[in-house]
Amino acid sequence: MKITEDTIRHVAELSRLEFGDNEIGKFTAEMDSIINMANQLSTVDTEGVEETVQVVDRDTVFREDKAEHWQTKDELMKNVPDQANGFIKVPVIIEKDENE
Amino acid sequence: MNFKSTIGLEVHFELKTKSKIFSPSPVTYGAKPNTATNVIDWGMPGVLPMVNKDVYRLGIMVALATHAHILPTTHFDRKNYYYPDNPKAYQITQFFQPLARDGYVEIEVHGKKKRIGIHEMHIEEDAGKNTHGTNGYSYVDLNRQGVPLLEVVSEPDMEDPDEAYAYLEKLRKIVQFTGASDVKMEEGSMRVDTNISIRPAGQKELGTKVEMKNLNSFEHVRLSLAYEEKRQQQVLLSGGQIQLSTRRFDEASGKTVLERVKEGASDYRYFPEPDIAPDHISQEWIDEIAKTLPKSAAERYDDYVNKFGLKPYDANVLLQTKESSDFFDGAVAAGADPQLAANWMNTQVNGYLNDHRVALADVKLTPEHLAEMIKLIKDGTISSKIAKKVFAETIENGTDPKKFVEEKGMVQLSDLSVLEPMVKEIVDNNPQSVEDFKNGKDRAIGFLVGQIMKQTRGKANPVVVNKLLNQELASR
Repeated sequence: MKITEDTIRHVAELSRLEFGDNEIGKFTAEMDSIINMANQLSTVDTEGVEETVQVVDRDTVFREDKAEHWQTKDELMKNVPDQANGFIKVPVIIEKDENE
Repeated sequence: MNFKSTIGLEVHFELKTKSKIFSPSPVTYGAKPNTATNVIDWGMPGVLPMVNKDVYRLGIMVALATHAHILPTTHFDRKNYYYPDNPKAYQITQFFQPLARDGYVEIEVHGKKKRIGIHEMHIEEDAGKNTHGTNGYSYVDLNRQGVPLLEVVSEPDMEDPDEAYAYLEKLRKIVQFTGASDVKMEEGSMRVDTNISIRPAGQKELGTKVEMKNLNSFEHVRLSLAYEEKRQQQVLLSGGQIQLSTRRFDEASGKTVLERVKEGASDYRYFPEPDIAPDHISQEWIDEIAKTLPKSAAERYDDYVNKFGLKPYDANVLLQTKESSDFFDGAVAAGADPQLAANWMNTQVNGYLNDHRVALADVKLTPEHLAEMIKLIKDGTISSKIAKKVFAETIENGTDPKKFVEEKGMVQLSDLSVLEPMVKEIVDNNPQSVEDFKNGKDRAIGFLVGQIMKQTRGKANPVVVNKLLNQELASR
């Protein structure tokens, strides 16, 4: 798989990252070599091997439905840069309506 | 040119659990912002989400009630997106192996029965709630983050807005009577997204679909779909193309408004959730859950009308909520006459709940109380008039009806040895009424009954009094 500058731009947008033009070229090359390294895995013959979604040997781990209070609001909100009236305050996130 | 519509619905139900799907944070409604969350909900490094067994149990109930095939092996996946309502930057959902597939719901529209297929249903976590300020900021409350949801995805089997409406009503009723969800649109425990495409009649391939999100009532679903049908027809007829897009329904204008155009579908980069083990759902567990499945609304309706002889209207009023139907069933099980219990439920009880804006669960009246009160009416101990006083006391304070009636001396006077001489005396003292009665004036009886009621402070049994008065007057 060939990683192009467009791929990097697209992934950056999805991840809400902003790259300068010189960075795009650098990441394209780096990402391309990372993906190609990972692609070595595809040379392994997996014919007839069942697909797995887990590498840890666990199965069907359930918790009983019991409510517990772990952290207080104040403890958790310590990580919040900006807050107001108990809410986490963030730059406005509604998407603008484009009326037809 | 004639067009055909193709409609599919995605419905989210909040499942009724005490704790969240992957963390033991309490599930609350209306709590202060960010007071019902913990490190797992916030996606802090090093935390381990663990699946709430009841989320599966409730989901399986809905799967059973909609004839869906429950997958023996499921697992969770990450749906990646960046949005402040979810601090993890991914939602844990079931993308590759959902809880169940291939169910159906039967609807009846325009006198025609039709099966609407359910493509699949899966369990997942809800996201936090955003409030948008006008000052350039949004405010995030993460209490809803991690609340368990069941998403039910229909097949695109609906051909007009009325079918979509009927499907929603039926699905809501089915889920409501499993007890798995509160199904309240106004509180967000049921949420509906729709998608609709149209194509010229005779064309095989489907048109481009438009999605509509966050519709807040069934009526809005119907109105917005009807509007879209017309709008898309006009676009096609004028030579335009439908854009793959998301629109929203504007209540004030009754129109749908473009929100955003979708480019490239799957940018969520789903992959299996590495923190959660795959789940095997055994047939034994499914059978166990099936045994606990409450009777459906359809089964109850059949009982009410065919076994108890209730009018279809009364049965439907009782079946508006599972709570009222359960309450009624409880009263009948406690020995209440079904017709009388239905009358009391649908008039007095509902009247009280509406007047006081409370739910059945919030009042002190129990099904046993209602049954006892109805027995007191039926065996003539109290009159219906007195019963209203007893009812007011019981629903307000939870007082035992029988005890209340005895303590307050409300027992109805039916004793002939007391009433007979009283009737004679009253008739003797009112010769004018006797005259009126003989001249065919029915009001005369009413006047005399009133006199006796006055003398007994309303305790005389009106049925007995009427009978005695008629006898006495006829003999004069």
